[in-house]
Amino acid sequence: MLASVGPPSIWQWISDNSPRILRLTAEHVELALIAVVVGLAISVPLSVAAYRRARLYPPVTWAAGILYTIPSIALFVVMIPVTGLTALTVEIGLVGYTLLILIRNTVAGLRGVPEELKEAATGMGYTRRQLLWRVELPVAIPAIVAGIRVATVSTIGLVAVGFIVGKGGLGELIIDGLDRFYTPEVVVGGVLSIALALVADGALLLAGRAVTPWARPGRVSPGRAVEASA
Amino acid sequence: MTTMISLRDVSKRFGASGEYAVKDLSLDVPEGEIAVLVGPSGCGKTTTMRMINRLIEPTSGTIAVDGRDVLQQDPVELRRGIGYVIQSTGLMPHRTVAQNIATVPRLLEWSAQRTAERVEELLALFDLDPGVKDRYPAELSGGQQQRVGVARALAADPPVMLMDEPFVAVDPIVRSRLQDEFLEIQRRLRKTIVFVTHDIDEAIKMADRIAILNRGGTLEQYAAPEEILRAPANDFVKRFVGAERGLKRLALIRVAQIEIEGGPVVSSSASADEAEQEMARHGLDWTSVVDGGVLQGWVDRSMLDGTGTVGRTRPRPFSAYVTVQDSLRQALDSIVTSLTNVAVVVDADGRYLGILTLDRLSHEIAAP
Repeated sequence: MLASVGPPSIWQWISDNSPRILRLTAEHVELALIAVVVGLAISVPLSVAAYRRARLYPPVTWAAGILYTIPSIALFVVMIPVTGLTALTVEIGLVGYTLLILIRNTVAGLRGVPEELKEAATGMGYTRRQLLWRVELPVAIPAIVAGIRVATVSTIGLVAVGFIVGKGGLGELIIDGLDRFYTPEVVVGGVLSIALALVADGALLLAGRAVTPWARPGRVSPGRAVEASA
Repeated sequence: MTTMISLRDVSKRFGASGEYAVKDLSLDVPEGEIAVLVGPSGCGKTTTMRMINRLIEPTSGTIAVDGRDVLQQDPVELRRGIGYVIQSTGLMPHRTVAQNIATVPRLLEWSAQRTAERVEELLALFDLDPGVKDRYPAELSGGQQQRVGVARALAADPPVMLMDEPFVAVDPIVRSRLQDEFLEIQRRLRKTIVFVTHDIDEAIKMADRIAILNRGGTLEQYAAPEEILRAPANDFVKRFVGAERGLKRLALIRVAQIEIEGGPVVSSSASADEAEQEMARHGLDWTSVVDGGVLQGWVDRSMLDGTGTVGRTRPRPFSAYVTVQDSLRQALDSIVTSLTNVAVVVDADGRYLGILTLDRLSHEIAAP
């Protein structure tokens, strides 16, 4: 069916353009990865601050919410005079869009740490800093990972818009293909974007489970003596 | 006996209204004893406990642990030196059992080896299978979680422990077993413990001393459980202690603590005539039979038909008897369930000591 789109066939086009496809895929991954990592580096400290001082939460989420609602194309266009046609322009936009998701999830995770757990830890002599690093953040990991997954998938989708400044990863294929009315290019760009999002989501799901073996309900411990409760 | 924890005129007021949660409370806990704070909700018992490790700061008054004013100490250092157990266990869900128990040693920067040895020791002390060491709290039963919670509080071997309803989250059967186990461990460790509960029966069971608190945090009575049951200070205490005060007191008194009656007893080598005479002397139709002092059972007139020694008649074993270590409550149970309406008392080696009757027990409870 796809082969009937017109010569050259989609497979022919892929093999002719594989270096370019690979380069754009790598660029796509890089743009998304940097955005999520930087977004996390900004939102975790902000979330901790907003969690500890409830007064900060409304202004922080308000600001992140504003960023989130600005149309991405508009944002990139506005940024061009400032940061030029660079990856930085794209990253500023992408990072901006991750903040609301990451902050909301991180704060929710921190707020979900049971009161009695914090009380027990404090009562045993944890300092506030130890409480944060050894109890509150680790216990919030499942919620934080959930936020990272959503932010990653939406970022992978948004990267394409970076074509405006010439840094759009697979978005370049889609736009280029649309410009030339050349379907195989559009399809390859679209399918690869979706595949990237799915693979990243699955990988994060598995990574999240790996770092929180305690959070799996009904976890069995193979090879461990299961003794009857005495 | 030295005082380990001392509260002097401690008050705590909360909020803008300045309502008292605890009012002018003075309380001394002697070293090695369990002091139970008990009272209705809103009596400030948990607030009082939390002021000892400064999770809550008193509004006025002084609190000393081991002679040192807690308000002059760094709260974090203070807390690391006091074992702390809370109702819902507060176990770290993301840490294994071994890591949970090692919490305070880790904060105190013990070596890995010393910590590991201590963890093993505590697992054994609390009868926890070594297999649970690498499991997470969510994988344990309620009873196991509570044990780990208490083991964790004991990890750094603190002289003082605070326990806030530590056994409340499990069913009554498991709770009773955990209480027994803990009392057994406490007999060896002799920690100074402040224990909070709302359950007067738990208080009576666990306490060396009970502090009964009223709403607004006033102390109504602070005394040994037996004294609180025998001589409640006022109507509030009487009501709080509730019905069955006499029965509850019986549970606190050991058979060894009261005078036991002689009761009818003959040697298995005695003749049937001698046995008849012993029964007659006590106005009963049965007698205990001993062999070299050790209780064999009992015989009654109908069994003495034949001649020869009592031993030949095959004395029937008592369905229940009590030892000197048993409580008067167990003795009472033995009395009301026995055909003879007495409880036969033996020592730890099964040697006959005498009998207890209902009259004797009611005399004991009625005593002022």
